[in-house]
Amino acid sequence: MASDKTTAPEAVVVRFAGDSGDGMQLTGGQFTLSTALAGNDLATFPDFPAEIRAPQGTLFGVSAFQINFGSTAIETAGDAPDVLVAMNPAALKVNLAALKPGGLIIADTGEFTKRNLDKAKYDTNPLEGDGLAKWDVLAFDISELTLEAVKPFGLGKKEALRCKNMWTLGLALWMFDRPRAPIHDWLKAKFAKAPELAEANIAALDAGHAYGETAEISGPLKQVHVDPVASEPGLYRTITGAESISLGLVAGAQLAELPMFFGGYPITPASAILHHLARLKEYDVQTFQAEDEIAAICSAIGASYAGQLGVTSSSGPGIALKGEAMGLAIMTELPLVIVNSQRGGPSTGLPTKTEQSDLYQAVYGRNGDAPMPVIAARSPADAFECAIEACRIAVQYMTPVMLLTDGYIANAAEPWKVPNPADYEPFPAKFLTEKNAKNAEGEDELLPFARDEKGARPWIKPGTPGLMHRIGGIEKAQGTGHIDYSPANHQAMTDARKDKVDGIADSIPPQDVCLGNESGKLVLVGWGSTYGPIHQAVRRARKRGLDVSHVHVRNVWPLPKNLGDLLKGFDKVLVPEMNTGQFKTVLRDQYLVDAQPLTKTSGQPFAIAEIEDAICDALGEPRPSQIGGEVEVNDNQLPSPEAANP
Amino acid sequence: MNDMTPVQTTLKDWETDQEVRWCPGCGDYAILKAVQRTLPQLNADPAKTVFVSGIGCSSRFPYYVESYGFHTIHGRAPAFVTGIKLANPELDVWMVTGDGDGMSIGGNHTMHILRRNIDVQILLFNNEIYGLTKGQYSPTSRQGTKSPSAPGGSIDRPAQPCAFALGSGARFVARGFDVSKNLPDVLKAAHAHKGAAFVEIFQNCIVYNKDVFNDFAAPKGAEDQQLWLEDGQPMLFAKGTKGLARDVENMTLKVVDVADGDWEAAGVMVHDVKNRTLAHMLVELPFGPFPMALGVIYDDPRPAYDAVVAEEMAKARTARASNLGSLLAKGQTWTVDGTAQDPI
Repeated sequence: MASDKTTAPEAVVVRFAGDSGDGMQLTGGQFTLSTALAGNDLATFPDFPAEIRAPQGTLFGVSAFQINFGSTAIETAGDAPDVLVAMNPAALKVNLAALKPGGLIIADTGEFTKRNLDKAKYDTNPLEGDGLAKWDVLAFDISELTLEAVKPFGLGKKEALRCKNMWTLGLALWMFDRPRAPIHDWLKAKFAKAPELAEANIAALDAGHAYGETAEISGPLKQVHVDPVASEPGLYRTITGAESISLGLVAGAQLAELPMFFGGYPITPASAILHHLARLKEYDVQTFQAEDEIAAICSAIGASYAGQLGVTSSSGPGIALKGEAMGLAIMTELPLVIVNSQRGGPSTGLPTKTEQSDLYQAVYGRNGDAPMPVIAARSPADAFECAIEACRIAVQYMTPVMLLTDGYIANAAEPWKVPNPADYEPFPAKFLTEKNAKNAEGEDELLPFARDEKGARPWIKPGTPGLMHRIGGIEKAQGTGHIDYSPANHQAMTDARKDKVDGIADSIPPQDVCLGNESGKLVLVGWGSTYGPIHQAVRRARKRGLDVSHVHVRNVWPLPKNLGDLLKGFDKVLVPEMNTGQFKTVLRDQYLVDAQPLTKTSGQPFAIAEIEDAICDALGEPRPSQIGGEVEVNDNQLPSPEAANP
Repeated sequence: MNDMTPVQTTLKDWETDQEVRWCPGCGDYAILKAVQRTLPQLNADPAKTVFVSGIGCSSRFPYYVESYGFHTIHGRAPAFVTGIKLANPELDVWMVTGDGDGMSIGGNHTMHILRRNIDVQILLFNNEIYGLTKGQYSPTSRQGTKSPSAPGGSIDRPAQPCAFALGSGARFVARGFDVSKNLPDVLKAAHAHKGAAFVEIFQNCIVYNKDVFNDFAAPKGAEDQQLWLEDGQPMLFAKGTKGLARDVENMTLKVVDVADGDWEAAGVMVHDVKNRTLAHMLVELPFGPFPMALGVIYDDPRPAYDAVVAEEMAKARTARASNLGSLLAKGQTWTVDGTAQDPI
């Protein structure tokens, strides 16, 4: 990546890696902000251990933050870093394999002590010798330089060394020609109560920046300028998936003209949604931290029953616990939004790593015939739209809805064009206020399970005079809702519940092809967060003349009505997903198409190259590596005029 | 319990058109009648009253009360109640549960609704058996209870619902039994308490655990084993011939004989519903050597969780204008004007 300031690359991938106590997520977050303010498009990938403070210096305690930014549309966090910042030997060891050949390693020699080398299981110091010859190495004592920089502030050694991440950030800001002022402001605000810490961190940041300027004279360190991306005009901010879902839920509740009740229980990586919503009381959002996952969903159903928009959120294992209550919401036909931030499973699995392996659980995972709509978000920004859509379906169809996201989307950040709430069509909830039928004698009668043209029953708030009635999980008679186990009635009610959910397909847009032709040799069908790598892989393959299209499915259940016909227009169907082939099975079942899986369950998102190789294999074409050698350093992001910012 | 406009109703107004499906002779019938008799006396409004239950024989209760009703899932009624009260604190909510529903599968939720102090009347029908699943021993069954799942008699020690409630932080604990004429008074006291009011009601399962409470709840001849507690009154039983006094040496209570009604001379204690230590002793008294403590054992209100939350929400609503547009644009933003711009 030894390019001059004059030859601006289109995109750069930087990975900050250190001990989980080194503040790498904070460094990455602030670098992301400065990148967004510089007008680059970007995508990030925070990758951290499940342990809060894993033993210092160990391989499993390494925390990393990767950012891909550029002057073109960025849709993934990047396959391989151009720059690796390694704050200790373990960080170097864990992340080295991913680094692009010719990439730059910046290492803190102050941490490459005998003790830390032992912990990272290095026999010899990798910075000495020629083991790193494939890469450019810039190794110097960041620890010592930081101590020097913060000396005037009289901090203890431990506290002083905590400023190392700001020193490193300062260097990175210099490398990519970024202003320091926003970070100065942020530090002053963060340490408002301890001005000496603010000053020390600012001094460290400035020292790192100054080091870049002076060290430029010789060696591999060069300043790089990445041009701003040409974006649609408007107001922008960065947003993570968790923030986006929270805001989308607030918007959804407002469009439904309902107060929101959120019942949650702490679980990684879903807790961030609870944290965001807990600060939004003034938007008529009530959050309730329940005693467990079951109480979280049951309280949300209780709130929906009482006339608010009930929402609950969790991750795989917690969603499993909520299963019985989802069945009750389906049976009593009450609106509810369930957000599932998927993580690696089964059981506790990989709490901080991403996976898409809850698709079966979402679509099928309940006792009895319990149909439930499922929507999947493809990116942090898209999650906002999906959350609104989930609220709409829940309220209009009187049904629980599951919104699927994953650990990657929840934690990743991207620039987001701030939407105008007035651009969204409201879907105000309607409550029944008087009896809705006549009995045989012509008297007014209440039928809590009468159905409208969508198949939805009326929503009746307790407290409404004259409409007292009882609901529950026992099968109920059509119309009246009285207990009724009779065979014909159960058949009719099962059908009614299924027809209602199937009918949601009438209210969703037909499936489009987001890149490529409407028919052809090969289509890649994706859902959720694999959107980015699939899209880029298809774009690259098409650029090389291959006949491949990309179909991205947002409404996982019920599926868009034309999807089957669309898929039948392709010779081959390939379904990349971060599980063992769950959506592939759904597609085969629904449409009898020969969908083939491309699976990955490593806890890491797909690399673009992995999908590109699979496209070549499916089409019987040579892989890029077989024809052109190594992938060119900055070829991983191409202009994307046809893909609008979601 | 809520301050609502008094509504005039009769017992009939609280009956539904649904056929009651409990076994003939079940204690549940008596409890249903006691509740339906009490509600008009409370001037309760059927439109603002909600009965919420879990699963089990007792949990069929809401189908038979002409109000709003939600028959939920096994053990989770407290969580539904919490959501309902947080969404609409104006509703007057009664929760009906049993020893299996509330003490076994839902024990966790019972603990937390009491600890949080949600404003609700909790009626736990304790028949010391699983009835609806055909007679397995329950968490309150006495040791040695023979059942299909314990043919040789149960081994585990029973839980004590009222002791559990107090341990969970309940601010109102009372006891009654199905056919007792005092049950409506206990229900009224529970309703008057703002916060979670826990009422254990001994209930005779005539099919699977018949007459296990006869020692103190038999229709005739068991009155002497009932200690009906009343705030500010001496703790007397057996027609005033016996009472409970302090056993200072052992830091507990003891039964003393009362001669000629002179309970003071006998050292009988006066019941104080705000005395938490006394409440702990009363719910732990072993039956046999001691009578069964009934009525309001403990009643010392604290602010209800739902009331505090409602206050906070009301404050937040008036504190700031809730403009969604400005919320979406919060934090550091930048504007793209269509041309490449300089970093700020």
